[in-house]
Amino acid sequence: MRTKVSDQSVVRSRAQGFSAAARQVFGRGFGPGFWIAAGWLLVVALSAIFADVLPVRDPLDPVISNRLNGPLTTNILGADGLGRDMLSRLVHGARVSVVIALTAVTIGMVIGGTLGILAGYFRGHFERGLMAVLDVILAFPWLVLLLALVAFIGQSLMAISVAIGFLWIPAYARVARANTLSVVQREYVLAARAMGAGTLRILLREVLPNVILPVLAYGLVAMGLVIIVESALAFLGLSVEAPQPTWGGMISEGKRHLATAVHVALVPSITMFLTVLSLNYVGDRLRSRFDVRESNL
Amino acid sequence: MKLLARKLPWLLGTLFAVSFFTFMLVSLLPGDPAVMILGAGGVSPEAIAQLRLELGLDRPLVIRYFDWLGSALSGDLGRSPMTGQSVTDAILSRLPVTIQLGVMAIVIALALAIPLAMVSAYFAGSRLDRSISGVGFALMSVPGFMMAIFLILIFAVGLGWFPATGWVSLTDSPAANLRSALLPALSLAMIELALYMRLLRTDLIDTLQQDYITLARAKGLPNWLILTRHALRPSSFSLMTVVGLQLGGVISGAIIVEEIFALPGVGRLLYQSILQRDLLMVQGIVLFIATAYVVVNFLVDLCYSLLDPRVRYAD
Repeated sequence: MRTKVSDQSVVRSRAQGFSAAARQVFGRGFGPGFWIAAGWLLVVALSAIFADVLPVRDPLDPVISNRLNGPLTTNILGADGLGRDMLSRLVHGARVSVVIALTAVTIGMVIGGTLGILAGYFRGHFERGLMAVLDVILAFPWLVLLLALVAFIGQSLMAISVAIGFLWIPAYARVARANTLSVVQREYVLAARAMGAGTLRILLREVLPNVILPVLAYGLVAMGLVIIVESALAFLGLSVEAPQPTWGGMISEGKRHLATAVHVALVPSITMFLTVLSLNYVGDRLRSRFDVRESNL
Repeated sequence: MKLLARKLPWLLGTLFAVSFFTFMLVSLLPGDPAVMILGAGGVSPEAIAQLRLELGLDRPLVIRYFDWLGSALSGDLGRSPMTGQSVTDAILSRLPVTIQLGVMAIVIALALAIPLAMVSAYFAGSRLDRSISGVGFALMSVPGFMMAIFLILIFAVGLGWFPATGWVSLTDSPAANLRSALLPALSLAMIELALYMRLLRTDLIDTLQQDYITLARAKGLPNWLILTRHALRPSSFSLMTVVGLQLGGVISGAIIVEEIFALPGVGRLLYQSILQRDLLMVQGIVLFIATAYVVVNFLVDLCYSLLDPRVRYAD
């Protein structure tokens, strides 16, 4: 039975060329849902990168005659309460979401990951102290902490990224520490130590490569959460300051027109929902593919 | 009791650290409170210095911290220099709204999540299970404020069943109170629901493979009895922990939801105090929320060991 199936798959893979090649690289198919989600993420990323050169209107230009016009009228995705083009505001808003998601997750991953690895490797007072500090940070509901931080460091793109990144340090430290604890007990670490490897070498060559994959695997899901967090902040008017368009800010504006022009809230909401959903979906799939322990279960 | 004695120092230590962190976080905010109170323009430096003296801002930070902590322990969080209102009173008067909102949200989420997770776990892998899990997965990608806006759109603007904003207190009219609380609670609940459901489903699938479930089946017990009496309790421990931990998420959600629905709760008070830079108010509310969160999770931890004999006798 087994050989028969693989015979068939060989035949099929010869016949299908590209998708078969992809299958050999990525293992058996992720399914169409995965590729649709990944495609959407690519569109969002490209919009963010090329926002300035894309053939869209000026996101800040209020054209009074277009006020609250629905999608597929004067504007492809409609216009908002000031007559600004929604498509162009979405494209420019994507830039904020993408930059903050990337920066915040990187900050959390690097700082939290490093602390977690050190805690898991050295144990003792350092580990106990670190975990106690993380517990204290976790004792603050995220929005409470974030509001206080943003009031402290301001509302620039970088400040918001740093504040949200700070929120992710405890989570990443925990993931990295848990993985380090299991890696340190493996034979290859013992072998390296027996061969006279120094602490730094063991950390960089033995521990880090084995901890980094599960840590990276959380990255996409974490980015989805960061986008939600940023939009919540923007919704409250405390993210990157106007006139820079943000998705959360657009939804907040749309709330005022719910009774008369639903699309003002609907269009950015759907965009954001699809983006976060795609990040969760792609992240989930990649995680089950690369996280050895989970797929063994 | 022994457990309590061992964990109490940890609780007190954490609370102390939380209070210190709160104080520092808020005290390091930019902007001189005295200048904020008097307004920026046209105030003499002497008047500002005078007010700083009255507010005690000239003393070292550490001394101010212990002063503040001391009176906080006796229930006095100070008086807002902006409105003259006592911080403790302000929190207490708005607390019932937030507690009602949070409790309703968690109860609704659990009431929906438990049966859905049971169905999902029992028919694991079926089309029904996959659609339930799929909807749950999608719900996790919806922020609370978006959920709130769509509930308003459907049930307030569209169908007109519930008010879009406003609050009627429970003592004024219980029915109107429920009407005004339902949409906000529902928007918080939908987010929690997905998380609870996913977790419970995984644990239930695990439990349903245990030998004693096979035994219960062999005895001929009906499926619903097996699910509710035999499988649910041992599967609910991580759910309980997460409900406790997620309280932080519920509180964060409450800040936004109270703002959207214009509910007079603690979350809205915090948000508006931050906008007005009412530092003492912010400090008091943050301390209050963090303390409540730590204490509740401590209690959940204790309950956990009461419910599960394995934890109780492990040490």
